[in-house]
Amino acid sequence: MAPEAEEREIILEARNLRKEFGGLVAVDDVSIQIRARTLHSIIGPNGAGKTTLFNLLSGTMPPTRGSVFFKGRDITHLPPHRIAHLGLGRTFQITNIFPNLTVLENVRLGAQAMGRHNLRLLTHSDKYTQYLDQAEQVIAQVGLRGREHMLAANLPHGDKRKLELGIMLAGNFEVLLLDEPTAGMSSEQVPALLEIIHNILTSGNRTIVLVEHRMDMVMSISDFITVMHQGRVLAEGTPREIASNELVQSAYLGALYGDLTAQAEK
Amino acid sequence: MASQSKSPKRFAALDSLLQGLKRSRGSLLVLAVLILFPFVFARITGTSVNEGPAKYWQGQFIAVFIMAIFAMSYDLLLGYTGILTFGHAAFFGGGAYTMALFLTHVAPRFVKTYRVSLPGGLDVTEPSAFLLAILLVVVVSLVLGLLFSIVSVRVKGVYFAIITLAMAEAIHILSKATDFVKWTGADEGLHGVPVPAWINPTQYRLRFYFIALAFAVVMYWLARRIVNSPTGRIFVALRENESRARMIGYNPALYRTIAFVVSALIAGLAGALFSVWTVSATPSMTSAVTTVNALIMTILGGMGTLVGPMLGAAVLEFFGQFLYQWFGARWPLVFGIIFIVLVMFLPYGIVGTWRLRSAQWKRRWSLRKQRAAAQE
Repeated sequence: MAPEAEEREIILEARNLRKEFGGLVAVDDVSIQIRARTLHSIIGPNGAGKTTLFNLLSGTMPPTRGSVFFKGRDITHLPPHRIAHLGLGRTFQITNIFPNLTVLENVRLGAQAMGRHNLRLLTHSDKYTQYLDQAEQVIAQVGLRGREHMLAANLPHGDKRKLELGIMLAGNFEVLLLDEPTAGMSSEQVPALLEIIHNILTSGNRTIVLVEHRMDMVMSISDFITVMHQGRVLAEGTPREIASNELVQSAYLGALYGDLTAQAEK
Repeated sequence: MASQSKSPKRFAALDSLLQGLKRSRGSLLVLAVLILFPFVFARITGTSVNEGPAKYWQGQFIAVFIMAIFAMSYDLLLGYTGILTFGHAAFFGGGAYTMALFLTHVAPRFVKTYRVSLPGGLDVTEPSAFLLAILLVVVVSLVLGLLFSIVSVRVKGVYFAIITLAMAEAIHILSKATDFVKWTGADEGLHGVPVPAWINPTQYRLRFYFIALAFAVVMYWLARRIVNSPTGRIFVALRENESRARMIGYNPALYRTIAFVVSALIAGLAGALFSVWTVSATPSMTSAVTTVNALIMTILGGMGTLVGPMLGAAVLEFFGQFLYQWFGARWPLVFGIIFIVLVMFLPYGIVGTWRLRSAQWKRRWSLRKQRAAAQE
C-alpha cells in the first residue's frame, strides 16, 4: 500500500446515493470517496448493493436520489458514453466483450473510442496505426500476445476477463471500475490477473475501484476498503483497520474469515 | 513486403495501387466479365448487341444490378449494424417516387420556364433538371433515414422492426391513396415517366446497362470503404455488443443514425434508378414485399458480407425467372421451399458459409501437411 495514499485528491465521489427497485432499496444513502491513484475495494455479501453502486457510478442506471462527482464535476445524469469520454470506465461481472471480433479488433475499438477519428467514413481503419500500436501494447500488457487473431468468443474464460480488462486499458480511462474481474476464474488463474491489476496501478496514473468476493485478494492489494451490507456502508478504512474492525468481524467476516487479521499484518 | 520497403519513395504510390489491385482481383475479374458480357453474348448468339436476346439479357442484368445495390444497403443495417428493419421499402420506394414524380410533374415545367447553359453556350437545361431530381432523391432519402433512426433511439429489437414496418406501410398507403390520384396514379402508379432521352432504357439499352453497372460499382465501392472505416468498425461493435460499445465511449444513437442515413441514401438512389429503368413508380415498390425481397437476398447471400446480398439478388432474380418458366405464377411457393432448404444447409448464406468453410478447409489442410511432415 502506498504510504501517502490518504493525502491524495478525491477523484470520484458519491454523495448520499440511493437506488430503489420498486419496494427494494438496493443502495441506501451511500457516500464514498475514491482517492486518485489508489486501489479501493468494495466488499460485501451477495445482495449488498455493490454492483448497483457500480451501475450508479458509471451512469448505467440513474440513482433515485443523490449525486456522483467525477473530478469535481457532477456526472449524475450524464449518459454512459459521455462519462466514458471523461475518463471513467467499467467492466461487468458477466464477461462483456465483442464476441465475433478478433482479440486485436476488440482492443483496437477500445483505443479508437477515445480518439478523434470515429467519424471518418471513407478511410480504411488500418490507416490509423496509432490505435493498432496501442492495442498491441495493451494485449502484451494483459498477457494475450499470440492470440491477437483469435475470435474473442473462442478464448478460454480467464482470457476473456483479461481481454475485457484490455479493452478498458486501451481506452486510457483514469478510473476503472472493475466488477469482480476474477469471477468464474479457477484459483490458479487468479494470481496472473492480480499481477496485471497490480501493474496497471503501478505503471500509470490510474485509479481502480474493485468489487470482489475473494477476501484474501482484496486484503493484500487494496489501499482502502469499503464494506457494504444490505445496501449501506458498514465500515471504511485501510485493510488493517477493516480486518480489526469488530463490527465487520461480527456482522460479516465472522468465522468465515477469522484469520484475516493475521493476513493483513503480513 | 521486403521489396516494398526497399523500393524508392516515388514508386510507393504505384506500389500501393498495385497492392490494392491484387487484393481486389476477384471483384475486378467479375467487373471485367460484366463489362464484356453484352458483347460476348451477342457474339455467341450471333445477334446484334442492340436487339433480340442480347438486349433482353442486358435488361435482366440491369434489374439485378439495381436490386443488388438495394440488398447491399439493407446489409449495412442488418449485417453490419445489427438492426432488423422491415421498412427498407420506404427508402427504395421513396427514391423511386421522388424521381418519377419530379420527372412527370416538375421537370417538364422546369424545362419550359428555365434555360440553363454552360459558359460555352451549350444548353444543359434537361441534364440539370435530371440532376435536380437526383439531388431531391438524396434529400428525401436523408430525411427518411433520419426519421427511422430517430425511432430507433427509443425502441429496440423486434419492437423496432414492427414500428419500421408500420412506418413503411404508412408510406405505402400514401403511395396508393386515391386522394393523390392526380399526381401519383394511386393504385396504378405512374407509368411512362418521361425520362431524359439520352438515358431511355428501351432506346439505349446498352448505355443503360453500363450506367447501372457503373452505379453498382460506385455504390459497392462506397459501402466497402464505409464498412472498413473507423465508423464502420463502430457499426460492427454495436452489432456485437451495444452496452460494451457505449461503456467504452461510443454513442449508439449517433452511429445508428449514420448507418441509417447511409443505407437510406444508397437504397433511395437504387429506387430512383429503378424508376428510370422501368419508367414507372408503382405502389409495389413501397410495399413490404420489396423489403422482404431485400431480406431474402441478404440472408441468401450472407449477412455482413456486402457481396453476399448482391449475389443473393442475382440468384433470386435469375432463379425466379427459371422457376417462373417452369411453375408459372406459383413459383414463389417453390422458391419458398428451396429457400428453407438453403437456409438449413447454408446457415450463413452463400458467401458467409463459403468463407467459413474455406477457412476451415485451409486450416485442416495445413494441419494435415504438418502431420505428414512430422511423420517423415
